[in-house]
Amino acid sequence: MDPRTTVINERLRRIGRIIAVSSGKGGVGKSLVATTLALELVRSGYKVGLFDLDFTSPSTHLIMGVKNVQPEEDKGIIPPVMKGLAYMSLIHFSGDQAAPLRGADVSNALIELLAVTQWGELDFLVLDMPPGIGDVVLDLVRLVKHIEFLIVTTPSRLAFETVKKQVRLLQDLQVPIIGVVENMKMNPSENIERETEKLGLQFLAGILYDPEVEDAIGDVTKLRGTTIAKKIREVSANSII
Amino acid sequence: MHEWALAEAVITAAQQIAEKEELKEIREVNIKIGELQQVERDIFRFALSQLKPASFKNATFRISTAKTTLKCRVCEHTWLFSKSNLDEDTAEAIHFVPEVAHSYIKCPKCGSPDFEISEGRGVWLENIKGVR
Ligand SMILES: Nc1ncnc2c1ncn2[C@@H]1O[C@H](COP(=O)(O)OP(=O)(O)OP(=O)(O)O)[C@@H](O)[C@H]1O
Ligand SMILES: [Mg+2]
Ligand SMILES: [Zn+2]
Repeated sequence: MDPRTTVINERLRRIGRIIAVSSGKGGVGKSLVATTLALELVRSGYKVGLFDLDFTSPSTHLIMGVKNVQPEEDKGIIPPVMKGLAYMSLIHFSGDQAAPLRGADVSNALIELLAVTQWGELDFLVLDMPPGIGDVVLDLVRLVKHIEFLIVTTPSRLAFETVKKQVRLLQDLQVPIIGVVENMKMNPSENIERETEKLGLQFLAGILYDPEVEDAIGDVTKLRGTTIAKKIREVSANSII
Repeated sequence: MHEWALAEAVITAAQQIAEKEELKEIREVNIKIGELQQVERDIFRFALSQLKPASFKNATFRISTAKTTLKCRVCEHTWLFSKSNLDEDTAEAIHFVPEVAHSYIKCPKCGSPDFEISEGRGVWLENIKGVR
């Protein structure tokens, strides 16, 4: 038997809330939302971790402008503290190299890191998820007792239709969903807000497309001044803290 | 030193099996370690001895090592993993998360990183023996 799964909930025991920032669709702003949310929670005085679970295309380190460091060991792996966050990413181990992983490898790496990472006491652990409802979503739902999801979509029906399927899956599995963030809005349409409410979910925020975001990538101070960060601050204050 | 975390997983898993099989006293715990993860046996063994609960007091921990077989998915070449041609940082990275082998190791025949770790990945609990 694989012994690793038996210790996962013990490793996560002293974490108040575990929030997976997820979407059925790729490229909708999950990584940006996850990173700004984690940074915002730190700014509010909480102890926060950020775990980049997009093993094959990690990007939270680029958003924060931090480099990989070999983590310390102490009866497990201690996540290095970066920008005030306990920060875990496969880049600590794969560095600048590509990580060409198939589904079973992704699952194995996820279970390994869940089993050996010593997060200690945290108020929040934010997970930046890969797109879709594949291995990582299924493994987390299977293995992590108190996980919650925060869903990101764009105004596009192409995004929202995949989100609907994801929501249905999570609701069937009785996994709590905090709500839906609509990102990269180009006009004031309330369509996604209405559709979200039809699913019985809270519409958390509509975030406009902001051409200044690109310039803030890699610079946490600039990032905190973007419209995204301001909206996420409201989401954090109204629906998470 | 993250061997402790792995040893704790083995003990927890062994306890779960013992409970399920209603074993009161455990006599033997058989563990297989894949070479790829390069677990430090001495630390691992010491951690097991420190972490084991009372019902494991008289248990023998048998630890066997499995060679790591890698099989290329592109050209089907099969070869054995060897730590000797890796630098220290790379070996350590693979020690933490064996899957990052895909970032550093390539098929010696065709150069693809798309290989399967067919055997000898990491820590595996084979079975436990005890009395009811
Ligand atoms: N509100 C916004 N305004 C402008 N650009 C944005 C906004 N939100 C995200 N972006 C940009 O869109 C791109 C995708 O964002 P991000 O990487 O966060 O998405 P993702 O959902 O994590 O993608 P993936 O599915 O690949 O993980 C990035 O270049 C990001 O800077
Ligand atoms: Mg992303
Ligand atoms: Zn090959």
